[in-house]
Amino acid sequence: MREDIDTVDGGAISDAAAVQRTLAGDREAYRVLVERHSRSVFRMAYRMTGNSPDAEEVVQEAFLRAYQKLENFAGEANFGTWVYRIAANYAIDRLRQQNTEKVRRQMPGNPGDDGLEVDPLSTAPDPAPSPERLAGSAQLAARMKEALETLTPAERTAVVMRHWEGCAIEEIATVLKSNSNATKNTVFRAVGKLRKALEPFAGTGRAARAMGTES
Amino acid sequence: MKHATEEELIAYRDGEKRGRKAIAAHLKECPECARQLEQIEALLSALNALPVPETGEDYGEQVWRQIAPRLPEKKASWWEGLFLPRRMVTFATVTALILLAFFVGRVSKSPVPGEGMADVYKVRERVLVVAVGEHLGRSEMILMELANAQPEPGQKLMNMSSVQKRAEDLVEENRLYRQTASRDGDTAMANTLEELERVLLDIANSPDEVTPAQFESLQKRIESKGILFKVRVVNQDLREREKAKKPLPDHEKTEVKERNKA
Repeated sequence: MREDIDTVDGGAISDAAAVQRTLAGDREAYRVLVERHSRSVFRMAYRMTGNSPDAEEVVQEAFLRAYQKLENFAGEANFGTWVYRIAANYAIDRLRQQNTEKVRRQMPGNPGDDGLEVDPLSTAPDPAPSPERLAGSAQLAARMKEALETLTPAERTAVVMRHWEGCAIEEIATVLKSNSNATKNTVFRAVGKLRKALEPFAGTGRAARAMGTES
Repeated sequence: MKHATEEELIAYRDGEKRGRKAIAAHLKECPECARQLEQIEALLSALNALPVPETGEDYGEQVWRQIAPRLPEKKASWWEGLFLPRRMVTFATVTALILLAFFVGRVSKSPVPGEGMADVYKVRERVLVVAVGEHLGRSEMILMELANAQPEPGQKLMNMSSVQKRAEDLVEENRLYRQTASRDGDTAMANTLEELERVLLDIANSPDEVTPAQFESLQKRIESKGILFKVRVVNQDLREREKAKKPLPDHEKTEVKERNKA
């Protein structure tokens, strides 16, 4: 029975045991948790931030924060879910901060970093491109990325957690510090915006075909 | 029924139970709503297919290297760690051995008055020498196995679970012997056990399955520390100490007496 408590999958130390050992002062046990969950946290972080350097920073910060708060973990969820939530929280804070900064720079009369006036037209999303330009998965992926960037941090978090990671509405609501109904509405709004941005692909199954995912 | 709203269709696609039957029935009759649902499905499938850069097998190790220097030490009470399930068993076994080392000496009667304390220390040391010798022997076997293991041609993953489990058990034993050696002032032994502990931890905390490249990197880390050689030297030294302390069998004692007489 001891093995059932301490180990999983025929030998690897379980998350719960690694957390206990870390709390008991065995810092190396935390390494097991970092190595086990880094890749899935990165995937989510990349989808939220849209670029690798930011995603890597989210991963590192999430594991640092999780280590500092490990005493509060108390095994209420599994460690993977918990660190994932910490990463999502950090990513959304970061997105909000970046958005505020962007808005501040775009305010009339506010010079950009290079000291030049920011032309609002240069930062506006591209107008809907022609179907020819969008034909093909690479173009669709690029257009999808652009469309995701037009979402607010809360909408982006909601859509990533709901439709990429399959999280429950309640879990997303915790990260967004909101209630279930408001979170559902955020998800609907996000999907609606994406649909609008990708209207040129709105033909039956066309988007899925272009991405090679149609079943 | 009037047309379903976009929200209702998204919720339906997400498996929402409320109003599900009504929407399902409407979808059968309304090609327009069915087409809308198909578009939502296509959009979300396309979203799922957006590529994420591949991080590589060793990404977890990279993250660990980045954050490890920034992690503060967690100071736990010395007893806190002992109540972990596996540790309890190992702790009990090794503590029993150490206690045995004291009590065997205490209850044994010395035939010569004044030699009592000396005998206590001798017996205690012998029990410890035997126990630590066995521990080093088992550690040596794991290190040898790892040093000699080679991946099969074309093998993509090597299973580490068995060796991990054994290393994990040895870490606990090692810690207690190291603390005892340290208390007894046996610095050389304590230092070797400390180095061994780090290597055993490295093995115990390696992934469940490793690629041949990861395995080779682990082999190199172990080799670079020269721990197998150090363990062998200390173990050999212990064997000699054990031999030196072993009382001679009766017939050999008689022979020695005869030789002395002569």
